[in-house]
Amino acid sequence: MIDPDGLVEAARQAFAAATDPAELERVKARFLGKAGVVTEALKSLANLPLDERKRAGAAINRAKAQIETLLEEAREALARSRLEAQLAAQALDVTLPGRNGSIGGLHPVTRTLERVEALFRSMGFSSVDGPEIETDWHNFTALNTPADHPARSMHDTFYLQGRDDVVLRTHTSPVQIRAMLEHTARHREAASMPDLRVIVPGRVYRVDSDATHSPMFHQLEGLWVGRDVAFAHLKGIIASFLRAFFETEALAVRFRPSFFPFTEPSAEIDVRFTSGALEGRWLEIAGCGMVHPQVLRNGGFDPESVRGFAFGMGLDRLTMLRYGINDLRLFFESDLRFLAQFR
Amino acid sequence: MKFPERWLREFCDSPLSAEELGERLTMAGLELESLEPVAPPFTGVVTARILSAEPHPNADKLRVCQVDVGGEAPLQIVCGAPNARAGIVVPCALVGAQLPGGLAIKRAKLRGVESQGMLCSARELGLSEDHSGLLELDPALPVGADVRQVLELDEAVFDVSLTPNRADCLSILGIAREVSALTEAPLHPPRIDPVAATLDAVRPIRLAAPEACPRYLGRVIRGVDAKRPTPEWMRRRLERSGVRAIHLLVDITNYVMLELGQPLHAFDEATLQGGITVRWAQPGETLALLNEQRITLAPDVLVIADEGGPLAMAGIMGGEGSGITLDTTDVFLESAFFAPAAVAGRARRYGFVSEASHRFERGVDPELPRRALERATALVLELAGGSAGPINEAVASEHLPRRGPIRLRPEKVPAVLGIPVTPERVVSLLRRDFLDVRQEEGAIVAQAPSWRFDLALEEDLIEEVARLHGYDEIPALTPLAPMAPLPVPEAERTNAEVRARLVLRDYHEVITYAFIDEALERELLANEDPILLANPIARNMNAMRSSLWPGLLQALQTNRKRQQARVRLFELGRCFLRDESAGATVAGFAQPLRLAALAAGPAGAEQWGASPRPVDFYDLKGDLEALLAPLTPRFEPAPHPALHPGRSARVLLEGQPIGWIGELHPEWVQRLELGTAPQLFELALEAVRHRPIPRYLPVSRQPVVQRDLAFVVDANVPAQALLDALHGESPVWVRQITLFDVYQGQGVEPGKRSLAFRFTLQHDEHTLTDEEIESLLQRLRARLETEFGARLRQQ
Repeated sequence: MIDPDGLVEAARQAFAAATDPAELERVKARFLGKAGVVTEALKSLANLPLDERKRAGAAINRAKAQIETLLEEAREALARSRLEAQLAAQALDVTLPGRNGSIGGLHPVTRTLERVEALFRSMGFSSVDGPEIETDWHNFTALNTPADHPARSMHDTFYLQGRDDVVLRTHTSPVQIRAMLEHTARHREAASMPDLRVIVPGRVYRVDSDATHSPMFHQLEGLWVGRDVAFAHLKGIIASFLRAFFETEALAVRFRPSFFPFTEPSAEIDVRFTSGALEGRWLEIAGCGMVHPQVLRNGGFDPESVRGFAFGMGLDRLTMLRYGINDLRLFFESDLRFLAQFR
Repeated sequence: MKFPERWLREFCDSPLSAEELGERLTMAGLELESLEPVAPPFTGVVTARILSAEPHPNADKLRVCQVDVGGEAPLQIVCGAPNARAGIVVPCALVGAQLPGGLAIKRAKLRGVESQGMLCSARELGLSEDHSGLLELDPALPVGADVRQVLELDEAVFDVSLTPNRADCLSILGIAREVSALTEAPLHPPRIDPVAATLDAVRPIRLAAPEACPRYLGRVIRGVDAKRPTPEWMRRRLERSGVRAIHLLVDITNYVMLELGQPLHAFDEATLQGGITVRWAQPGETLALLNEQRITLAPDVLVIADEGGPLAMAGIMGGEGSGITLDTTDVFLESAFFAPAAVAGRARRYGFVSEASHRFERGVDPELPRRALERATALVLELAGGSAGPINEAVASEHLPRRGPIRLRPEKVPAVLGIPVTPERVVSLLRRDFLDVRQEEGAIVAQAPSWRFDLALEEDLIEEVARLHGYDEIPALTPLAPMAPLPVPEAERTNAEVRARLVLRDYHEVITYAFIDEALERELLANEDPILLANPIARNMNAMRSSLWPGLLQALQTNRKRQQARVRLFELGRCFLRDESAGATVAGFAQPLRLAALAAGPAGAEQWGASPRPVDFYDLKGDLEALLAPLTPRFEPAPHPALHPGRSARVLLEGQPIGWIGELHPEWVQRLELGTAPQLFELALEAVRHRPIPRYLPVSRQPVVQRDLAFVVDANVPAQALLDALHGESPVWVRQITLFDVYQGQGVEPGKRSLAFRFTLQHDEHTLTDEEIESLLQRLRARLETEFGARLRQQ
């Protein structure tokens, strides 16, 4: 008499011992095939009395079902372990460096420029541009600095051969004049002149070269002309800009009287960091003032109905302070070991 | 403007300390550059008299001195100074003294002889650079006295930087007026009494250019002794104000200039011929100046002349021939007002500046000349002797600066400054500032003093109010303004977006000078008419660049020298070209913004999984295409002077040339010692910034079919020509034609190459039939065959 439980147990052990699908199928045939033990066991029931035959047959059929389930499980386990082996064999060294991962970087002055533009844009100033070979009129005369004016000696000017009416612009201020003329011409017919709010970042030129002076450097000019513009607003805009730029409240800003032919009153702006790496003395950072009435007139405005303020600061200086750079010349040497630090 | 503290306090003694005063001046616009004692710190130095100076037994250049320092016995000190001799009084650093620079004086043996201290030169005490010998002091000084006290070396010296509008502060009196206005301390100007004439000598004066010199005063003083020494107090004040003492008469004129602000000039009366004329220079006139320069006078230079010709550049510098010498006995003293416009810029034009020109071109008080002349006369008579003639004044009143009263609307002050300021406060501040102020209906009317050339407009008065009120007292206010969006033009990339594209493709941005070597303009860029600077900073920085490439190539050179193999750079900047068209912003010049890139060395960064290869034309071309995507530029073979003739192309976008791409010409690779050839492109920034605004098209749901065709053609047929023909032959349902393989070699006959194209086909409305596809491929084959003799490549 066959023991169905023993049969199931024998199948479980045989299936577990099979290490590849072919072997498993051979084992399956041994149990479930046409000549397999289960079939043989059913056949052997033929001679039993009916009652007994039914009982034993049912037991063997249960065992057969169990064996079939075990077979399915064994097949799945085998497939799973094969897949696992395959995946293990495909493993990569994920710590090897990736391909084409290097990127370049912006020049540090450009980084500053882009941040400065974004900050001023958020306050409603758009960015405008102007020529670098500039007329003497725009660079000097329209800004209240006629020929032989002592203030011209504050600028060591580059001149061009064969043209005494042009210069390399010594500051970005001539673009003030261009922006005002363009604005007043565009809105000449308007019922009320809208405010003019611009910044002018750009390259400027002076005959000067040492660790703190470069014959070419960068300035940022700002201009706001409108009905209700006052010196206190200039202070507000500059102070909030500087604190936003340096991302610190630990920054004292002071305005002291100065002189520029194109502003009245005029001020020099100093900053002093009250904590952090730059903590210490006052640093001169910008010049500014209320736009001189004659300059407003030269820009097409009526100084009786509008006022304006203007400021100019060194983008290079802002950059040097921001990143702790101590030599202006590094900006223009194009040394990758320097540039690659700014990504 | 440099000056010692005591001189200032004589005229205005504010209760503030020197440091507080410096801060107050800075915050009023007179920026304190430095505030230091006359001498750097040192201790233990006393006055000493040399009693004897004997030769050192063991050294030729040394002497052994017996020195009286006021002690019980003289000290023995070994000294090497050439002027060490018995009788002189000099500074002596005693044993234990600390000198500037940290030198400590100890008892020492010098060549076997004991030395009990050190006799000092001016340099050893930090007083000047003079190290020629011992500093000889006034022999009348008591010995053993602290040198710092007797020489007043602890006195503070202010150095204040003045803006060009504040010429009125170029004197002790001017600074004192400012201090008085700022601190309300009383002003004590020097008392100046007229000097009565004791001679009747008068030299006639003629104002031939009254618009330039409306006031000229002269005075003859006879019988002076120019050889008398300048008194110590005057010498000390001059030196502490940064003016070198020269000799008595010149020192007096300089002293009065520093004190009151009036430049004076003293002529040697004996050299003058006839009357004095103030006039413009005549053509061809020359003048030998006191600074040993000989100049040809331009007709816009104002001169002081006598009958023999020009004597001096008026208000700028005297002439050598008529100057004071130690033998001068008779003097003609000049005190005049020269109009700023008549002096401005002239000295600079001749390459110098003088104390006089610096003041006159900024503006000297036109009411000052008489007082200054009286003051100088009194000093001459007192210190050099002699007797003075009467003052002869020539004046053209109508040409004197006439400044009317300035009307200030009181409501303008708070409007401009943004803070409440009462009219009473305005009046009081302006009065402190020496303005003559009265209040009228609706206006404050103020008359500026004659020395304030910077006060003419309402705004100027507002600045004075702000300055005296204190810029610090004005709050920083956040302005209120209407909100309105700024334009964000989508069809235009920002410069930041353009730069970001290149940065992500592994380029570093550089900023190079806009002026380059003229030779590069002429030879690398074949520019026959470069824009040249009149005053370049260096010979190889004398031409405005017409391309960004020279700067990038120099940057490559720099990095090559620093062992950088892989260099990928870009610059966004202006180039400068001659342009005679009417549209130029500045007539005669086009100043376009351009974007250029350079790549040299290995194509990729060193990597374990890729074999290194040098960067080539197609790498750079890919970067350029990515920059302009989704627009697709075309590349047309064309020669460029800087580029390899077979590896150079003009870049076109929508039919317009926008720039160049190529490999640097091998000759330049060699000339610039670059080793391997860099790849370069340069594009008009405007073109790079342009981008189309996307327009949606429905996506087809029909199946996509791909077909490949490979053609064999002559190797010199450009791929673009084949692509153009294929596109020309294709209906809209040919979505894409990709050139996926280029082959030369086995299986393709010499002189030919095979180009394989993949066609992506998809109709909008129906599934393509085999007949449609076959017929298309047939047409494409036929087109290339007839146009280029192309054969389909047998697989």
